[in-house]
Amino acid sequence: MKCTRCREPAEVKLRSHNSAFCRECFLLFFRRRVERAIEHQEMFRRDDRILVAVSGGKDSLALWDVLADAGYRTVGFHLALGIGGYSDRSRERSESFARSRGLELRVTSLADENLAIPTVVGATRRPACSACGTVKRHYFDAAALEAGCNVVATGHNLDDEAARLLGNVLHWQVEHLARQRPVIEPRHEKFARKVKPLYLTSEFETATFAFLRGIDYVVEECPNAVGATQLAHKAVLDGLENASPGTKLAFVGEFVTRGSAGFQPTERPDAERSCSSCGMPSWGETCGFCSLRALVDRKTGRAATVADDPAEDRRP
Amino acid sequence: MRVRLNPQGKDLEVDDVRRVGDLLGRLGILPGTVLVIRGDRLLTEDAALAPSDEIELRSVVSGG
Ligand code: SF4
Ligand SMILES: [Zn+2]
Ligand SMILES: [Zn+2]
Repeated sequence: MKCTRCREPAEVKLRSHNSAFCRECFLLFFRRRVERAIEHQEMFRRDDRILVAVSGGKDSLALWDVLADAGYRTVGFHLALGIGGYSDRSRERSESFARSRGLELRVTSLADENLAIPTVVGATRRPACSACGTVKRHYFDAAALEAGCNVVATGHNLDDEAARLLGNVLHWQVEHLARQRPVIEPRHEKFARKVKPLYLTSEFETATFAFLRGIDYVVEECPNAVGATQLAHKAVLDGLENASPGTKLAFVGEFVTRGSAGFQPTERPDAERSCSSCGMPSWGETCGFCSLRALVDRKTGRAATVADDPAEDRRP
Repeated sequence: MRVRLNPQGKDLEVDDVRRVGDLLGRLGILPGTVLVIRGDRLLTEDAALAPSDEIELRSVVSGG
């Protein structure tokens, strides 16, 4: 097989793009695709400051590599989730990547905050990924504010977005469909814009890029991902993609350009108040994150940081 | 040839496959869901394999 661009022997075949590439041409192709997504969706510009949420996996490290090489102003942020050896290895890969590239990485450890995911799950009985989502959202916004970043970039790839879209469509989650965008504008000046520059690059492409760039990433999965519905959706989509290459790209790409306009989020008043506990924007006296934190503190015998938390009364 | 599946860390012996496409077919793995690695290079489906090869099949699927 020969490279579509330069006719040298190919190392990568991309059926969805009807192309094959040698190493150099693939790296060029990948970087261009990411840059084009950033420009087309007006994600950010060179004078923005971007917090890259780095998990230690292939996607976020590949994203950081591309953005830093392209000359964007980035700060890495790793949230250590406290999920056993998996989290230790994830943190270690993130730190060694940053060190090897001379990039600034900030790390927050949830265990230090009494909020390791297993602790939160034990105290709240919420599903791990739902608790994890609430905690991540808070820390990404807080870290961006602290680092002076107006944009938070995550490594969500085409397969993540396709699986999520399929899940949302299967259950007609119209509110979620309205919010599934590659760019989400902040609703408050303390919040950052959220962007997904890899939303049109497949995980095969990001893994290929990471390998060819010599990035040492965590290949293993979070133990909580095993059996997740998202993986079942990915398996279905992989079958469709195999039968008809380009399906995922059309599914997500056309949703963003044509389909998503049909789903508008219901108007919520912007958060006018500040959380009395953490100071971030909030719709109530305390924000959802601080309610969660207060509950965990109480259940684990730590002093409650918020007295008489009203949000907690609504929990079962 | 020796085949290692990652991230499971499982080793397999697979015989009588001439090309990467045959190997994936034998193992029931869809192309595009794994990187096929030999040494420091990636292999496309049509690449020829030798009995002495050591191949890593590294899943690209992440979930959660
Ligand atoms: S799989 Fe769930 S618990 Fe694990 S990192 Fe992802 S969201 Fe968090
Ligand atoms: Zn080439
Ligand atoms: Zn708060």
